[in-house]
Amino acid sequence: MYIIVVGGGKVGYYLTKSLLEEGHEVLVIEKDPRKCAVLSDELSTNVLQGDGCEAAVMAEAGVGRANVAIAVTGDDEDNLVVCQVAKHKFNVPRTIARINNPKNEHIFSKLGIDVTVSSTELILSQIEQVIPAQSLVHLLTLRRVGVSFIELEVPPDSPALGRPLRELGIPDDCIFPLVIRGGKEAIIPYGDTVLQSGDQVIAVTSEASEGTIRRILVSDQEISD
Amino acid sequence: MRIVILGCGRLGAYLAGMLVAEGHQVTVIDRNAEAFRRLGLKFEGDLVVGTGIDEDVLRRAGIEQAEAFVAVTNGDNTNVMAAQVAREIFGVRRVICRIYDPLREEIYHTLGLETICPTILGATKIKEALDR
Repeated sequence: MYIIVVGGGKVGYYLTKSLLEEGHEVLVIEKDPRKCAVLSDELSTNVLQGDGCEAAVMAEAGVGRANVAIAVTGDDEDNLVVCQVAKHKFNVPRTIARINNPKNEHIFSKLGIDVTVSSTELILSQIEQVIPAQSLVHLLTLRRVGVSFIELEVPPDSPALGRPLRELGIPDDCIFPLVIRGGKEAIIPYGDTVLQSGDQVIAVTSEASEGTIRRILVSDQEISD
Repeated sequence: MRIVILGCGRLGAYLAGMLVAEGHQVTVIDRNAEAFRRLGLKFEGDLVVGTGIDEDVLRRAGIEQAEAFVAVTNGDNTNVMAAQVAREIFGVRRVICRIYDPLREEIYHTLGLETICPTILGATKIKEALDR
């Protein structure tokens, strides 16, 4: 694939390196001439010095034949403009933007950016997973279709203990594809499966039903997220 | 009319003064509090310090009740993003966005933003003056 990377900082550098190793053709656009020199010396790839937000620079980079444009500068507004110009002026089929403020994720998707990657959000979700007090962990959220993959640990005082799943009133827009028991045994649950304290339940659910799932499995009181 | 102005540079400050004089309710946002000096001590509008591409800052500036939003920071991309957030996320009726770069202005104008390019305006005026 022909991939354009805009932004030659640390993220851009290592991203380009990895993409080259995978055999892609990569061109990096970077404003700072010093960073450009480092990039072209250390990675044997094409580097274009210029402002990746400018249509003229993009035209020079041959963005028109790129399969993917990836914007990884440190500024969300620049990454947005890079992706929008690539998409609307040059018809690049797929645009990916790095975002710094996690709240910008839904703005970017609303404004037509195909994929957003937020390092802040990634670190936050890692923290969520290691903090035991958190009863519900988001593994993956497909925001565009409003579906979340979540993980819950069944506490010793769970209202779900001792009753089969089918009697718990699980909403229609939610399924439990997997239960992990004792940290090692994978169980594919059915309606007659009975949960035990300490079970890790993986659920696929609409965002609207997350609170209900938590009420059913964790606590009758805990409603708010 | 309730108007939010992003960017308290020469243009933002001048525009804010004009609008307040006409009796509009104006809130000015700038990430640098020093910039508000340009408004003068008697300015009767509201001031918010923060970056205009942050939803929370815009909300603090009362964008949810605003009838118009004007993006005039010195960064084209900041203006472009803030203007789109105002329009798409907050549904502000009138959104005007300054873009210095003529090419970028053309792209976003085509995408439906109400844009003003001072570069083209200035060059055209100067050319007209020379032609007289």
